[in-house]
Amino acid sequence: MSAYIVRRLWSMIPTLLITTVVVFLLIRLMPGDVVDTIIEDLQNRGTSEAAIAATRAFIQEELGLDVPAPIQYGRWLGILPQADGRISGILQGDFGLSLWSKKPVLSRIAPRWPVTLELGLMALVVSQLISLPIGVYSALRQDTIGDYLARSFAFALIAVPNFWIATLVVVLPSIWWGYTPPIMLIRFSDDPLGNLQMFILPAIVLGMGLSGMTMRMTRTMVLEVLRQDYIRTAWSKGLRERLIVVRHALKNAFIPVITQIGLLLPLLIGGTVIIENIFGLPGMGQLTLDAIAKRDYATVSGLMLLVAAGIMAINLGVDLVYAWLDPRIHYR
Amino acid sequence: MTAPEQLNVANLEAPRTRSPWVDAARRLFTEKPLGALGAVMTVALLFTALFADLLAPYGYNEVFPALAKSPPSARFWLGTDHIGRDMLSRVIYGARISMIVGLSASVVSSIVEVVLGMSSGYLGRKFDLVLQRVVDAVMGFPGIVLLVVVMSLVGPGMATIIIVLGLRWGINGSRIIRGAVLSIKSNVYVDAAIATGCRTSQVLIRHIFPHIVAPLIINFSTRVPGIILTEASLSFLGYGVPPPAPSWGGMLSGPGREHMLTAPWIAIWPGVALSVVVYGVNMLGDAVRDILDPRLRGGSGRYGVRARKRTRRPATETEPTHARAVAAPTAGD
Repeated sequence: MSAYIVRRLWSMIPTLLITTVVVFLLIRLMPGDVVDTIIEDLQNRGTSEAAIAATRAFIQEELGLDVPAPIQYGRWLGILPQADGRISGILQGDFGLSLWSKKPVLSRIAPRWPVTLELGLMALVVSQLISLPIGVYSALRQDTIGDYLARSFAFALIAVPNFWIATLVVVLPSIWWGYTPPIMLIRFSDDPLGNLQMFILPAIVLGMGLSGMTMRMTRTMVLEVLRQDYIRTAWSKGLRERLIVVRHALKNAFIPVITQIGLLLPLLIGGTVIIENIFGLPGMGQLTLDAIAKRDYATVSGLMLLVAAGIMAINLGVDLVYAWLDPRIHYR
Repeated sequence: MTAPEQLNVANLEAPRTRSPWVDAARRLFTEKPLGALGAVMTVALLFTALFADLLAPYGYNEVFPALAKSPPSARFWLGTDHIGRDMLSRVIYGARISMIVGLSASVVSSIVEVVLGMSSGYLGRKFDLVLQRVVDAVMGFPGIVLLVVVMSLVGPGMATIIIVLGLRWGINGSRIIRGAVLSIKSNVYVDAAIATGCRTSQVLIRHIFPHIVAPLIINFSTRVPGIILTEASLSFLGYGVPPPAPSWGGMLSGPGREHMLTAPWIAIWPGVALSVVVYGVNMLGDAVRDILDPRLRGGSGRYGVRARKRTRRPATETEPTHARAVAAPTAGD
């Protein structure tokens, strides 16, 4: 097991390195000149000439645009010394300064990730609460009216855009009851109930969208297990359906359902971007959109890297849990 | 005198074997009620998109400033938006944008996945190793974040969104094509073709490509709804099809959003249209996949064993499991 973990961690290194290259190329080389784009933006906003000149100098220095791209990459990653001789880059935990607020990128992300984590976890719980019972029912009653209804419901959940539902959830209550959600973030440590109240609606909206997908996966897994020989044996022994389902089928069907979480992650995080924006939750998603709108590419690249690394780490965790739960898999 | 003879000849020479495409279409309507419903809805979308000029009562940018934010009425069935444009016309023209983006981006992604998947799968070795790590890296980002970043860099626009969405889905889909090519490559007839002196291009086009047509069609039909939804999300966030164009996502965002409190119909109709279309296309794509994917045929859920009714059901389908295959770890060696 530990050898497997080491090998998995080892194989993550090239992927992470390529991820840094992709982010680097995306942000620094693709759009012509980032500096010009940012300056043009500032001019459109009516910033004074002096401030623009200062910003230009700051951006050029911060991005180190005076050296060739490979050296820029090396400095950013932290394997080549910076202009002042320090070795300080991503490997040293230095994601640079925000091009907008001129504060360290990590210090901007730090207060925001718990918000995204809480929203994501709650949405995950909501999606499983909706999808597991309906998915199991749908598989047990395959090709009945109930199955068709359940599957149509799953398709409907996938089809309804979460940004639309979120907008309606924000707009309609204020029309009908004059209710507006709180604007300031209520921290869990200050007021647990108020905090949950604030998160529950966005989590339900986000979880609903995901549940359509998990419902279909759950149905497939249960159907697959129901075709196994030992289920046929159980039927031919004359066991009652409830016993077969609860004791034999579900136990095994739910193991692969765990891997859904790994598959859902990119969707989940993508969803938080939109949901946080609409509900005004100050999480990483809101920061991402904010940074992109302000063309703060130092923050954007830091966020992208952290999120990609986080997804990889959680996927590794999911694989390990899977191995631990499924006795048929041995990692050596 | 001549007419009956002709009829007889036609009857005699009617071929007994059906084309697989006709057969697939027949199965769609006989075995897949949900898929058939989806097909009808998809055709309705195509019809609306093609004949938007005839169906829409007004132009999509025809402004009636004095009638801004008027509620649904006999003149404006779905009301008007915040600057006085007919919502019904804009929703109808929106179908055109959704269809153009959905289909074109799907075509682009098919080309991308064929090129990447076939080269990676057939050439193998270092090329495959490096390319697959890049695919890993791209797939590791949450889709919408990557797309918003790229769109903010290249600028909004119809053409750019088609290319960007096509690339994104093509890179993801290349995994499936690569897998298919890998399994086809090991067939004896490929070795035979190489042994008889076929060039690599001939092997790829004549002997491998025909076998990846089914997964290509499956990928194509299942990704269209996702692309339509993503275009709407991007337009909603302001990084998609730029404003004067009536994108369903764009209609829900920006200035329109501020007026939703006083004119909620602005917020409702584009979302309804979007949901209905994605629902229909999704069900069609799903049925197409079930019909074309040989792995999903046969085997009834309980081997015909039923708790109460003891009738044996005809062969039924399940959803594919390759999604799990991607995520599930392979046992160590």
